[in-house]
Amino acid sequence: MAKHAITLHINGQAHDVAVDSRELLIHTLREKLRLTGAHIGCETSHCGACTVDIDGVSVKSCTILAVQCDGAEVQTVEGLATPEGLHAVQEGFMQEHGLQCGFCTPGMLMRAYRFLQENPNPTEEEIRYGMAGNLCRCTGYNNIVKAVQYAARKLQEQAKGGQPA
Amino acid sequence: MIPGNFEYHAARGVDEALQLLARFGDEGKLLAGGHSLLPMMKLRFAEPAHLIDLNPIEELRGVREDGDDLLIGTMTTETALQQSDLVQRHCPVLQEVVALIADPQVRNRGTIGGDALHGDPGNDHPAVLMALDARFVIRGPNGERESPANGFYLGPYLTQLGDNELATAIRIPKCPPGQGYAYCKMKRKTGDYATAAACVLLTLADGKVQSARITLTNVGPTALRAEDAEELLVGQALDDGLIEQAAQAAMSVCEPAEDLRGSPAYKTHIAGEMTRRAIRLALQRARG
Repeated sequence: MAKHAITLHINGQAHDVAVDSRELLIHTLREKLRLTGAHIGCETSHCGACTVDIDGVSVKSCTILAVQCDGAEVQTVEGLATPEGLHAVQEGFMQEHGLQCGFCTPGMLMRAYRFLQENPNPTEEEIRYGMAGNLCRCTGYNNIVKAVQYAARKLQEQAKGGQPA
Repeated sequence: MIPGNFEYHAARGVDEALQLLARFGDEGKLLAGGHSLLPMMKLRFAEPAHLIDLNPIEELRGVREDGDDLLIGTMTTETALQQSDLVQRHCPVLQEVVALIADPQVRNRGTIGGDALHGDPGNDHPAVLMALDARFVIRGPNGERESPANGFYLGPYLTQLGDNELATAIRIPKCPPGQGYAYCKMKRKTGDYATAAACVLLTLADGKVQSARITLTNVGPTALRAEDAEELLVGQALDDGLIEQAAQAAMSVCEPAEDLRGSPAYKTHIAGEMTRRAIRLALQRARG
């Protein structure tokens, strides 16, 4: 079986990789590029631990072939923080105790990151619906909702040029 | 868990996809959003030697008006349907069903064509498309044809679509203003298939039912149309007794298989309850 030469633009950096037809994006990220932030949970597109951002939409990277992502802009949890500090969603999960074991957190963060761009000022119900593709077996979700609310407030303040929360 | 070996082909257009289908015969399989097929391939329930990816074909995406119809490209994602003003205006029941399918990430990749053409009796679009009198626009070696959703589904994963054919669009008559609609779905959790679901479309004239459509999801080898239940309603002013009779008639066509979602008796019971709720909601909306 022939390999496919593809280019992935991950967190702003181009990576040329050779992938098998059957290779799933999550395996390319974790095993070839050593970006182990996105996790492999259920492997059946239910749990959302492998969620990354592809060309501006949230996708479960266990259910897309790497070859399908040739040329795509991919954002992973490794790209969230900057030298200035944590991203608002990361700070929210820390401040509101939105994680316990942390396994689901990279997927939660990447989904929250995209969700808050789709809906910068969500209601609690909208957060629960918008985050419904990510499962957590520790927290019971309440603190995850609070973490997203925290991040929404902080991002809105940042957008207004105000002081960080 | 990764799929078995196969060769990947990105189709750049409908003609190229049809050529690839012709070349690989029953060794080839079309890839839409991949959220049914790729999990099946991981589990070795499907082992195509060649995957023909439709994702690069832009002409298969999007919603447009075509006279009195909406024409929806088969590769239009569920998310795009949720965001479509045309769908909201002319076919609100489609947005009601999409909101109950899977989760945001899956809706970003999953397509109406993938859901409707896979032939999985658990998928939600087939029942709704049957209620809407939708037609599949199908391209094949002998040109283009249309096939009505009613009669399209022959059994689990078995449809009227030929191995050498590709459905390019779904033609849906615009819903008349004032039509009542509802899709009521019982599911165990977000992302699950329906334990049972019912789609109801109603139009009223002078307080009486002028036309009715009642279809059911996941309580038989295919989506089911409950024609006896429809006929009970037409020409009548609806009351609780008639709604109950229609629910009983809908239950009588159910033949669900037992699985982790419940026994046949339980699923049939749920189908009846979803039918009652969907009739009531559609009636309420038809009255405005």
